[in-house]
Amino acid sequence: MPWDLKSDRPIYIQLIEEIQLRIFSGEYPPGSKLPSVRDIAQEASVNPNTMQRALSKLEEDGLVITHRTSGRTITEDVEMIKRAKNKLAVQQIIAFIEKMQQMGFEKKETLALINKMLEEMEI
Amino acid sequence: MSAILECYNLNKKFGSKHALKDINLSLERGRIIGLLGPNGSGKTTLIKLANDLLTPSSGEILIDGKKPGIETKKQVAYLPEKTYLNNWMKVYQVIEFFDDFYENFKSEKAYDMLKRLSIDPKERLKNLSKGTKEKVQLILVMSRDADLYLLDEPIGGVDPAARDYILDTIISNYSSHATVIISTHLISDVEKILDDVIFIKEGQNVLSSSVDKIRDEMGKSVDSLFREVFKC
Repeated sequence: MPWDLKSDRPIYIQLIEEIQLRIFSGEYPPGSKLPSVRDIAQEASVNPNTMQRALSKLEEDGLVITHRTSGRTITEDVEMIKRAKNKLAVQQIIAFIEKMQQMGFEKKETLALINKMLEEMEI
Repeated sequence: MSAILECYNLNKKFGSKHALKDINLSLERGRIIGLLGPNGSGKTTLIKLANDLLTPSSGEILIDGKKPGIETKKQVAYLPEKTYLNNWMKVYQVIEFFDDFYENFKSEKAYDMLKRLSIDPKERLKNLSKGTKEKVQLILVMSRDADLYLLDEPIGGVDPAARDYILDTIISNYSSHATVIISTHLISDVEKILDDVIFIKEGQNVLSSSVDKIRDEMGKSVDSLFREVFKC
């Protein structure tokens, strides 16, 4: 999967979001080993210092664990991953609802529209 | 760690032309830094001063705490804007030449990169295209294990695919003891790999900042900030 980085936001924040997504989607499964900073920076074509910064933040949040000798792994705490995933989902939904309100949709209308779309798209 | 490049009230005049005005800088090791400015703003002058090819009119420039000279040239790998290689030489001969000349030159690394770019070491330089010659020159510079890499317009003359490869090479050669300074005006291409940027306008340092700070505080890319600062 390519790293799609936008030019108007800090790069390390976009890297954090991308790695989180990869954890949530299971591309980086719980307990799996992460590539080295150098390799993952090269894959994303970014500066290793920037990647380091992103990984440090993920480590602070507990999603990534650094081992003294054997590099970094994704946390094995599935519950924690789930909580972080839900948090992101809530943020997305709030942003969506706010946008719908701006366009003048009532709660019920929004909900009806979502249900209709879900049926049509057969997800 | 100590700074690898420092400037104190650095001035350079060419006759009545003031090419650099009171530049003050302190650059740490382990960074990839963009030296950005329009044509004629003083980028190359600064790089030449760091290589002892020019001497300051006043003020000081220091490499790892020393004045530029024989000792600092061992630590600095310099890619000039113009080619200086002899056209009659074959690529492998230039590599041998560099291997003899610099203690910290790694031939294996050079051959490895030539192979990845499909450049034949037995080819004569005069038979290479302008872009390929530039690639060879960059390979020579990046094959040294230096503390400071000064790259003057390294991506100007090469195609976008080779540009990506060159930037990849810079990332993969990254080391925490070395700093890479890239002078260019192709900002959107290099932006992703830079830690910091230095804007030079009419010989003056008008901005030094980290790339993420610019994006964070101004909500725009370095490229669009550059276009604003240097609007014609």
